[in-house]
Amino acid sequence: MAAGWHIWQEARRWGGMDVMRLEASDLACFRGGRQVFSGVSFAVRVGEALLITGPNGAGKSSLLRLVAGLLRPSAGTLGLDGGDPELTIAEQAHYLGHQDALKPALSVLENLDFWARFLGGRATDLSSTLADVGLGAIAGLPAAYLSAGQRRRLSIARLIAVKRPLWLLDEPTTALDVTAQAMLAGLMRAHLRGGGLIVAAVHGPIGLEKPAELRLGGSQ
Amino acid sequence: MTALAALLVRDMRLAVRVGGGAFIGVLFFLLVVAIIPFAIGPDLALLARIGPAILWLGALLASLLGLDRLIASDHEDGSLDLILSAQTPLELTMAGKAFAHWLTTGLPLVVATPLLGLLLNLDPVATGAVALTLAAGTPALTFIGLVGAALTVALRRGGLLLAVLILPLTIPVLIFGVAASNAAIVGPIPFGTPFTILCALTLMSAVVGPIAAAATLRQGLD
Repeated sequence: MAAGWHIWQEARRWGGMDVMRLEASDLACFRGGRQVFSGVSFAVRVGEALLITGPNGAGKSSLLRLVAGLLRPSAGTLGLDGGDPELTIAEQAHYLGHQDALKPALSVLENLDFWARFLGGRATDLSSTLADVGLGAIAGLPAAYLSAGQRRRLSIARLIAVKRPLWLLDEPTTALDVTAQAMLAGLMRAHLRGGGLIVAAVHGPIGLEKPAELRLGGSQ
Repeated sequence: MTALAALLVRDMRLAVRVGGGAFIGVLFFLLVVAIIPFAIGPDLALLARIGPAILWLGALLASLLGLDRLIASDHEDGSLDLILSAQTPLELTMAGKAFAHWLTTGLPLVVATPLLGLLLNLDPVATGAVALTLAAGTPALTFIGLVGAALTVALRRGGLLLAVLILPLTIPVLIFGVAASNAAIVGPIPFGTPFTILCALTLMSAVVGPIAAAATLRQGLD
């Protein structure tokens, strides 16, 4: 269930959240017979954002998928200190990938409601969440009729519907208009202020103040 | 439990909505069983004798339809990535998906059986026996198929390979399903003997199938 979140909230109340830290040391990734990257190390603490940059094919998405537990590192270690020891990193993380994980035959609300229940383990009131991402007026519309930007907004709604401390965002601003990019930046800042961590693969600034940057490829 | 109930509701909704294919299986079943008497001819005694076998073959083939989309659709739209990061064990999620699939494809076959019994000149006892064996045996077909669905998840057109992988494994289910139906109709062995083995096959595949499917998906992480 949502035990991780409760423990996380507990930790916030104790003021012990600054111990939470995502740490990777000497990670290497091997895919399709090719070394994508090696010797990647970073650490992200509570309230911090790490931007992963680099040219296409440098392994930004692979690194995020690796943290999300969707790929296995061929070398190196990855740990979330101060997290819930009962849960894996993936179970404490939101992974926002290139695919939106939406079913065209289900309505906007049904799609979000499913992920809120499946990932969060309980039912929540989602109308305000949908309003936050600007989809409140089309909650009953089948997702098949959404534009690319609206699909992305709906995926982002998942991040606020279910609370998880670590956000793994793969080019989160893709297809978003200016308003939605500002909305996302606001959500990310609120998440960091609330004791969250963000690791994002990006090609440009995403509206965060002084994020750390990890450059893959080229300079590696 | 909320998570699994949500998954069950979602998969059943998807199955009955546009493009879901919940009733394709039962229509296919109806067609297969309805055309066989045309091929064999109007020999009522022969039809009644091979009726249970025809119904079981029809159900076996119909249950293959839609299996290729069972996990592949979640893989293609990225849902599988999120399913892997949920706190619900993947084995339970897979069992839930298989159960939802059976409710929307296997159960309608059972319900359609009495209608088809008429076409095959089966008496009410025989029809009841076949429906009962199908109700007990078709979950095994789904749970075995789940493993095939997990193995072929990343293939673009995995449906044919899935059928080739799965059909040999379903032979025991077919044997005991037809044997139990025949036992109820003509004897001489009691109905309970093959029927109990059929139930055992279903229970076994309900345990092994989700575990094997989850292990396959974890192994195939890429």
